[in-house]
Amino acid sequence: MSILINKNSRVVTQGITGKTGQFHTRMSRDYANGKACYVAGVNPKKAGEDFEGIPIFASVKDAKAKTGANVSVIYVPPPGAAAAIWEACEADLDLVICITEGIPVRDMIEVRDRMQKQTRKTLLVGPNCPGVITPEEIKIGIMPGHIHKKGRIGVVSRSGTLTYEAVGQLTALGYGQSSAVGIGGDPVNGLKHVDVLKLFNDDPETDAVIMIGEIGGADEETAARWVKANMKKPVVGFIAGVTAPPGKRMGHAGAIISGGKGTAQEKLAVMEECGIKVTKNPAEMGKLLKSVLK
Amino acid sequence: MRSAPWGRETVAQHGEGSMKIHEYQAKEVLRKFGVPTPRSVACFSVDEAVQAAQSLGGKVWVVKAQIHAGGRGKGGGVKLAKSIDEVKSLAGQILGMQLVTHQTGPQGQKVRRLLIEEGADIKRELYVGMVVDRQTQKVCLMASSEGGMDIEEVAATHPEKIQRVFVDPETGLKDAEADDVARKLGVPEAGVAQARAVLQGLYRAFWASDASLAEINPMILTGDGKVVALDAKMTFDDNALFRHPEIVAMRDLDEEDPAEVEASKHDLNYIQLEGNIGCLVNGAGLAMATMDVIKLYGDSPANFLDVGGGATTEKVTEAFKIMLRNPGLKAILVNIFGGIMKCDVIATALVEAAKVVSLRVPLVVRLEGTNVELGKKILADSGLPIISAANMADAAEKVVAAAKGKR
Repeated sequence: MSILINKNSRVVTQGITGKTGQFHTRMSRDYANGKACYVAGVNPKKAGEDFEGIPIFASVKDAKAKTGANVSVIYVPPPGAAAAIWEACEADLDLVICITEGIPVRDMIEVRDRMQKQTRKTLLVGPNCPGVITPEEIKIGIMPGHIHKKGRIGVVSRSGTLTYEAVGQLTALGYGQSSAVGIGGDPVNGLKHVDVLKLFNDDPETDAVIMIGEIGGADEETAARWVKANMKKPVVGFIAGVTAPPGKRMGHAGAIISGGKGTAQEKLAVMEECGIKVTKNPAEMGKLLKSVLK
Repeated sequence: MRSAPWGRETVAQHGEGSMKIHEYQAKEVLRKFGVPTPRSVACFSVDEAVQAAQSLGGKVWVVKAQIHAGGRGKGGGVKLAKSIDEVKSLAGQILGMQLVTHQTGPQGQKVRRLLIEEGADIKRELYVGMVVDRQTQKVCLMASSEGGMDIEEVAATHPEKIQRVFVDPETGLKDAEADDVARKLGVPEAGVAQARAVLQGLYRAFWASDASLAEINPMILTGDGKVVALDAKMTFDDNALFRHPEIVAMRDLDEEDPAEVEASKHDLNYIQLEGNIGCLVNGAGLAMATMDVIKLYGDSPANFLDVGGGATTEKVTEAFKIMLRNPGLKAILVNIFGGIMKCDVIATALVEAAKVVSLRVPLVVRLEGTNVELGKKILADSGLPIISAANMADAAEKVVAAAKGKR
């Protein structure tokens, strides 16, 4: 098993005709079962055409009806990205993964509000995230496939390259991954650490989890408290930004210490209180995980 | 602190976005949405300040330094004048001063603009502010009877004095919600309708302009029972600036770090820090982790720099130039996890850039990921004195040693 996606997922790409969408659709299709998984693209102006053999439809709804797509990945530019998320929700897909960086917060507040009020079944990962990968089955997003290896460690992170760093360390130590999930660096997003940890907890093929956080917000604390009360598997963690100054946005829109809140120190302290082993050395995330496995 | 009843996330002295504007500009925005402010004029010279006071009339004027940082009053940047002569002398003192506040750092910020404002009839000082609350994913209105104080301070000492309303994005701030806030703030019954209009105006200003923070502190209650914005602060969501040319037009580059302004022109995400080891990294999370690992090995980072996914020779060259402007720079660490960006591409860019800028400090490079062997070979063949590192820990150790002059 795995979480969120596997070789049976059928993916529709929203924004398949843009430069980024084309490049990453090609890379993802060439990974593992990608040929069978990537079944559709969406662009209302190019319906009926295809992208290197992947048929393009006018809407997500059409794509789902014709191909059975159940997961969407979004590369639509920021001004239209929130509307693209909503389109996937209205089509009742199981999951929408939004890679787009730079979506206005107000647009995300509106789409999240509609998703909640209408109790839509669609889960959202992102935006501003690298995507999700279940190694050697399917890759949905912009992560480099070749650093991953099939295995039993779950990875969840707000960052892209820092996730690759953790995955690279795990693979080098011989530990493969069940799934790796980038939840994204924006302040208003879909799945949070706690939601992904719940999925890993219920996944019989995940033995332990690396949780990577960063300054800003309180999601890591919420997740840590849930781990203490409910998690049956070991969790280890790293928080980026111990040296980040307050009031400065560190690259990610959500990575900011505001009013003395959301510091790395505070997050690390709560995680430790909740029984999560943490390291302050990002070069030792893999080693730390190894130390908690029996 | 963590279990404070008023929550973890809604204290925000700094907005989550980063574009800031001056007080006088924030008041202009708020007035468009029906929020009353005292009459005032923005000025760039002593002569203009005198003219402004004369045109405003009255017997009392407030001379207010316009800089982006908070804490201006305590730093001596806000003064009361009781005559036109006093306006003239205070304007002369404040214009051009290096105003030091708890938010400027010890070097202070040069005052280039003033606001001359009519005196106000202050009965009580209140606080209202708005931020985006991450947990509820809604705009949160905060209000407190303790105006004039930092909201964090009130949160720490009297959390029970802060009211919060999470606004439904479909309806906006409802009449009943606004009235309730006003009453709890102690606005007399006859003034509740006016206060409602102000609170709803503040919300509409926040929402319509894609703000990340809107704060009226203090919001005063006047002798005749009206609420007025005596001070105002707004910051805006950078991601939404594309649809707000009117907000972008208010940007004041004099208030921003010159290195950061230069970096933004080249699409580099750069933040100046106090240390002496420059960092060039791809990805925000890895960039922060790189700063942290430098600290862990006993030195401190000179900057945060995320070159993003497309580090061209041009971008890397500019990044080196910006880092090298810092006279205290002792060494540079390049940390790249090449995923989509291939290591040979970044290695070529590094070599080309290093040739152009003539590096005066040691350069440590850690490459990992796609085409790493090819990348390392390009660096080795370049003949440049680049110190190669095997992993992040090795890189940190080597760069800290290099900064101390050890090879």
